[in-house]
Amino acid sequence: MSAIGPSATGKAIAVETIGMTMRFGTFTALDDVSMKVSAGSFHALLGENGAGKSTLVKCMMGFNHPTEGALLVNNREVTVADPNDAAEHGLGMVYQHFTLVPSLTGAENLVISRRNVPRVIDWARERKALAAFMTTMPFDLPLDVPVRDLAAGEKQKLEIVKQLYLDRRFLVLDEPTSVLTPTEAHEVLGLVRQMTLAGDLTVLMISHKFHEVTAFADAFTVLRKGRFTGSGKVGEHDARSMAAMMIGDQPVATLASRTPLVADAPTVLAVRGLEASDRTGLKTIAIDHVEVHAGEIVGIAGISGNGQKEFTEVLGGQRARRAGDIRVKGKPYGATRRETQELAVRFIPEEPLRNACAPRMTVAENIAFRTFDLDAGGRRISWISVAAMKARAAELVAQFKVKAASLASPLQSLSGGNVQRAVLARELSGEVDLLIVANPCFGLDFSAVAEIRARLMTARNGGTAVLLISEDLDELLELSDRILVMSDGRIVHETPIATASVQTIGEYMAGHH
Amino acid sequence: MDAGDIGWWGVPIAIVGGAIRVSTPFLFVSLGETITERSGRINLGLEGTLVFGAMTAYAVTVVTLSPWLGVLAAMAAGTLFGLFHGWICKFPRVNDIAIGIALMLLGTGLAFFFGKPFIQPSAPDLPAISLGWWSDIPQVRAALQINVLFLIGAALALFLWWAFRTTRIGLVLRVVGDSSDAARAMGLNPDTVRLLATAAGGALAAIGGAYLTLYYPGSWNEGVSSGQGLMAVALVIFARWNPLGCFAAALLFGGAGALGPALQSVGVTQGYYLFYAAPYVLTLVVMILTSSPGRALAGAPGELTVAK
Ligand SMILES: Nc1ncnc2c1ncn2[C@@H]1O[C@H](COP(=O)(O)OP(=O)(O)OP(=O)(O)O)[C@@H](O)[C@H]1O
Ligand SMILES: [Mg+2]
Repeated sequence: MSAIGPSATGKAIAVETIGMTMRFGTFTALDDVSMKVSAGSFHALLGENGAGKSTLVKCMMGFNHPTEGALLVNNREVTVADPNDAAEHGLGMVYQHFTLVPSLTGAENLVISRRNVPRVIDWARERKALAAFMTTMPFDLPLDVPVRDLAAGEKQKLEIVKQLYLDRRFLVLDEPTSVLTPTEAHEVLGLVRQMTLAGDLTVLMISHKFHEVTAFADAFTVLRKGRFTGSGKVGEHDARSMAAMMIGDQPVATLASRTPLVADAPTVLAVRGLEASDRTGLKTIAIDHVEVHAGEIVGIAGISGNGQKEFTEVLGGQRARRAGDIRVKGKPYGATRRETQELAVRFIPEEPLRNACAPRMTVAENIAFRTFDLDAGGRRISWISVAAMKARAAELVAQFKVKAASLASPLQSLSGGNVQRAVLARELSGEVDLLIVANPCFGLDFSAVAEIRARLMTARNGGTAVLLISEDLDELLELSDRILVMSDGRIVHETPIATASVQTIGEYMAGHH
Repeated sequence: MDAGDIGWWGVPIAIVGGAIRVSTPFLFVSLGETITERSGRINLGLEGTLVFGAMTAYAVTVVTLSPWLGVLAAMAAGTLFGLFHGWICKFPRVNDIAIGIALMLLGTGLAFFFGKPFIQPSAPDLPAISLGWWSDIPQVRAALQINVLFLIGAALALFLWWAFRTTRIGLVLRVVGDSSDAARAMGLNPDTVRLLATAAGGALAAIGGAYLTLYYPGSWNEGVSSGQGLMAVALVIFARWNPLGCFAAALLFGGAGALGPALQSVGVTQGYYLFYAAPYVLTLVVMILTSSPGRALAGAPGELTVAK
């Protein structure tokens, strides 16, 4: 069969789960969940971190096998033993992590994921068909470069394009916009929305962003702790009532008010003339001068891929610098374990599961990374006490509300948001003089976001110097005392929060200066 | 000047001849390993497969008097070794490198055990094609005496290069090698694909062994392999998992290996033995020059244990 053409003739399908239950060992991640997604609707699935949203959709896709429950497609019961079966029924999913093959080009990724790939691929013909298909998409994508060289936003678009290319009629999007800029997010969701309006597609989107839900979705379902807690039409509920269904009547953390800046507070972090190369070795980042004082939050804004990641990695000791000087409290800083302990520096990179954790070690062990070889007084010990490690982990897990089946489960079995909390628990406890943190709220539910921002503000008020690298401008405006803008590997703009304007910052971010 | 005495010209000619003659086992083993590694697994046991293949090919040829049957028998044995490796690696918490080392020792040991009776008898050789008829210099004629397996190997390299990008099987192999998650999301079973890829790799490595006993050096004894199976694994990295790169690297290796004997043949009496180490020095130098602490190994399949 030839490539699937641009004409989407199939009709959107209705999907329904009945009594879905999923247990991992003794832990019940999903408890008797019934959800109805009508044909051609844009349905939002809401819930706190660890509520079981990903688990539910993975059960529908045949990735997990539910302990109990049934799946109806167009009101007929179907069995999905694996993702192939799901595809057979027109169900497709964009996962929370990317599932494109990094070393294959976009075109290769698209073609090979088709159900009936010919034994020998006629690339000339496929390319023509792909070009024709892409004209029906509202954006352009480079299909001839390996996917690993694409930016996060482009990868996400390609993931969605792939599902449409495969002619899926029911599409699950698991936090599709967490890696996209607001404009990109708008563009992508807008496209999907149009297709649902035309009756070509049904969408189930997992999201933590209420503004997306209200702007694009027409119905929603809420889960809490694995249970169904409500559903309805978007027009009939406001964000507050959806939030109440998500978290019950727990209070949401409020931001501590900002204490005034202390005049001539000591400089904690000083970076001068820093140079480093990026992952490909082709581009260079050059940071002339950055200082962070005790008791202030300095935010670094920028569109992803402009060197923030590399800068963070250099500060965290994960990337070699070519030149330059980094000092913490006046002492040269190379991010060795001894230096971080002596100077009380803590570091939270983005994607902490990959960059700051040992995914297969247990929750307790991961939480102990900073302190396992120290006693209560901060002196080195030669015998590690597993009991003390567990007790401390239990305390922090409770304090930071990390939801895990047990302290002994591998960290990678936690939901995305709970991994983030576990890392925060590790990095924000104890005495911290300098905190370097990148995109701390990626993938977190709204109450967790509020809580983490409150913790950062509290740390600042307590005298910690915080360097906050974030792609979320709202977050920076809410928390920072000063904002720096990074573009093309350089700091191109600096402004105190009092005079910061979204307009100007946006222009510098886009490189218009 | 006498046609037989070509002085220093003998060195490059001997290197070219050596490259062609010595490279074939490297070529087959590295192509086999490329297939296996592209699927995300390393089979270090190919040295054992090569030696066992060498023994099998020789033994079967001694009995049947047909070298091609010998090659087929070696391929069958290599396939079994590959399947065995792939099957064990399917189990959780099994490390492919450790299994490979065990299989390397097993293969060599079994080959020595079963090969004892075949050290004495002699077997017919695989055919070669003389491409040097246009020259009347005997060294050129000798150098251009090209074995059929070399040509098959060259064609195979070209074929694999093409197949990795234009056939379904090739793309599936790369998908599995680069991301198990993506493969599973596509409904592919990574273990099965890797099992078959390891089997194919074993079959090719065994052909390399057959070449050793059936053509050059052309007899079976326990010293028949000088680590070609192991060097070929390094060669794959050197070739960046590209079949055409494997072909070039195998030639380069063969040529470097011929340097010592060539110098010796033109009458250099001192120090030539140092050049016997040329292939190994060459590997080290290339590896050091092309590696970088800040960058990931370009082109490495993402699921390889060494690339993770
Ligand atoms: N394979 C597994 N083994 C054990 N526990 C698991 C497994 N997968 C998920 N869980 C647990 O099930 C619960 C629900 O996880 P799930 O990933 O569905 O949450 P989520 O609602 O998608 O959260 P988030 O918003 O953070 O992505 C979590 O507590 C998680 O630890
Ligand atoms: Mg999730």
